[in-house]
Amino acid sequence: MASTAAVLVAAGDFNPLLPKTAEIIVGIVAFGLLYYLLSKFVFPMFEKAYAERTAAIEGGIAKAEAAQAEANAALEQYKAQLAEARAEAAHIRDEAREQGKAIVDELTAEARDTAARITAHGEEQLVAERQQVVTQLRGEIGRLAVELAERVVGESLADEERQRRVVDRFLAELEQSQNGTSA
Amino acid sequence: MSTLLVASSTATVLGRLTEGTTEGGKKTFESPTKNDFDFPGLFSHDGWFTKPILIVILMTTLVAVFYVLASRNAKVVPSKLQFAGESVYGYIRNDVALDAIGHEGLRFAPYLATLFSFIAVNNIAGIIPILQIPSTSHIAFPLVLAILSWVIFLAIGIKKNGVFKYFKDMMFPPGIPIPVYLLLAPIEFFSTVIVRPLTLMLRLTFNMFAGHLVLLLFVSGGEYLLLHYSNHVVGIPVGILSFFMSLVLSLFEGGIQLLQAYVFTLLTALYIGGALADEH
Repeated sequence: MASTAAVLVAAGDFNPLLPKTAEIIVGIVAFGLLYYLLSKFVFPMFEKAYAERTAAIEGGIAKAEAAQAEANAALEQYKAQLAEARAEAAHIRDEAREQGKAIVDELTAEARDTAARITAHGEEQLVAERQQVVTQLRGEIGRLAVELAERVVGESLADEERQRRVVDRFLAELEQSQNGTSA
Repeated sequence: MSTLLVASSTATVLGRLTEGTTEGGKKTFESPTKNDFDFPGLFSHDGWFTKPILIVILMTTLVAVFYVLASRNAKVVPSKLQFAGESVYGYIRNDVALDAIGHEGLRFAPYLATLFSFIAVNNIAGIIPILQIPSTSHIAFPLVLAILSWVIFLAIGIKKNGVFKYFKDMMFPPGIPIPVYLLLAPIEFFSTVIVRPLTLMLRLTFNMFAGHLVLLLFVSGGEYLLLHYSNHVVGIPVGILSFFMSLVLSLFEGGIQLLQAYVFTLLTALYIGGALADEH
C-alpha cells in the first residue's frame, strides 16, 4: 500500500507544462537522427527520381513532337505529291484532248481529200466512159444510118437499072482504089 | 499486491494510469486527469525510459525504415512503397515548401518533410493499440521542435537582412503614423519572437493532450459503466455506446493528429517564408 501511495503522490506532481529532460534529449536525438537520415539518403533519392521522371516526360514530349513533325512533313509531302499528280493528270488530259482533236482534224482532212479524190476520179471515169460511149455511138449511128439509108434507098430505088449502076460505080471505085494502091 | 498488478496492467492496456478508489466494495468513477499522462519508467519506476520515450524511438525508427525502404532503388516508375514515400515528401515539398516559401522553399523541403513525418507518426501513436498515447502530448517533444523551427526562421531572417534590418522590418513596417509604432513595435516583436514558438508548442501539445483525455474518458467511462455501475440496465448499453463512441472518436482523433502535424509544418513554412520575404 505504501508503494501505491507513492505512485499517487508522484502522479499528483505531474505538470503537463513542464518538459522532462530525458524527453527533450530523446526528442533532439530522435529528430536529429531522422533528419540526418532522411535529408542525406532518402529525399535526395526522391529528388533524383523526380528529376529523372521530369526528364523522361520531357524526352517523351520531345520524341512525340519529333514524331508529329515527321508526320506533318510526310503529310505535306503526300499532299504535294497528290497535287503534282493531279496537275499531271490534268495536263495529260489536256494533251489527250488536244491530241484527239488533232487526230479528228487530221482524219477529217484526210477524209475530205479522199472524198475529193474519189469525186475527181469518178468524174474522169465518167468523161472517159462518155467519150467511149460517144465514140461507140458515133460508129453505131453511122452503121444504123447506113442501114436505115440502105433500107430507105432500097425501097425507093428498087429497080435493077439503078442497082446495077450503083454496083458498077462501087466496083469501079474499088478497082480504081486497088489500081492506085498496086500502081 | 497481485490485484494491484492486475489492475495496473489492465489500466495500462487501456491507457489508464490512475484508477478509481474502492469504497466499501463499490468502485467510484474518477474521470481521467493530467496525471494519466505521467508514465512510470518501464524498467525501474523512477527510470527515465518511459512509454512516451519508447514510442518516440519506435515511431521514429518505423518512419525511418519506411522512408529508407521507399527510397531504396528509387526508379522513374515507382514501386508502391516508393510511391507512398514520394507522395508524402512530394506533398510537403510542393504544397507546403514551394507554396508557402516560394522557389527557395526547396532548400527547406527536407526539414519540413522530416518535421511533418516525425510529428505525424508520434501523434498517430495515440490511436495505435497498445501504444495509445501521442508522445507529442508530452510537452518536451513539441518544445524541441518549436525551438528548432523558431531558431531556423530567426536565423534565416537575420542571415538575409542582418540583425538590425531584420528586427527593424519586423517591428517598424513602413507607412504607419509614428505614434502607432509605440504600440505596434512591441506587439510585433512579441507576436513574432515569443508567441510564434509558444503557440507552435502549445497548440500541438494540448491538441494531443485533450484528444487523449477525451478518448480516455470514453474508454474508462465505458469500462466503469459496463463493469462497476450499480444499475446494469443503464450501465451496460451506455457503456457499450461509450466504447463505440471511443472508436468513432479514435478515427476523428486520427484526422486531428494528421491535421496538427500539417499545421505545425505549414506554420513553420510560413514563418520561414516570412523571414525570407523581401518586404515586411
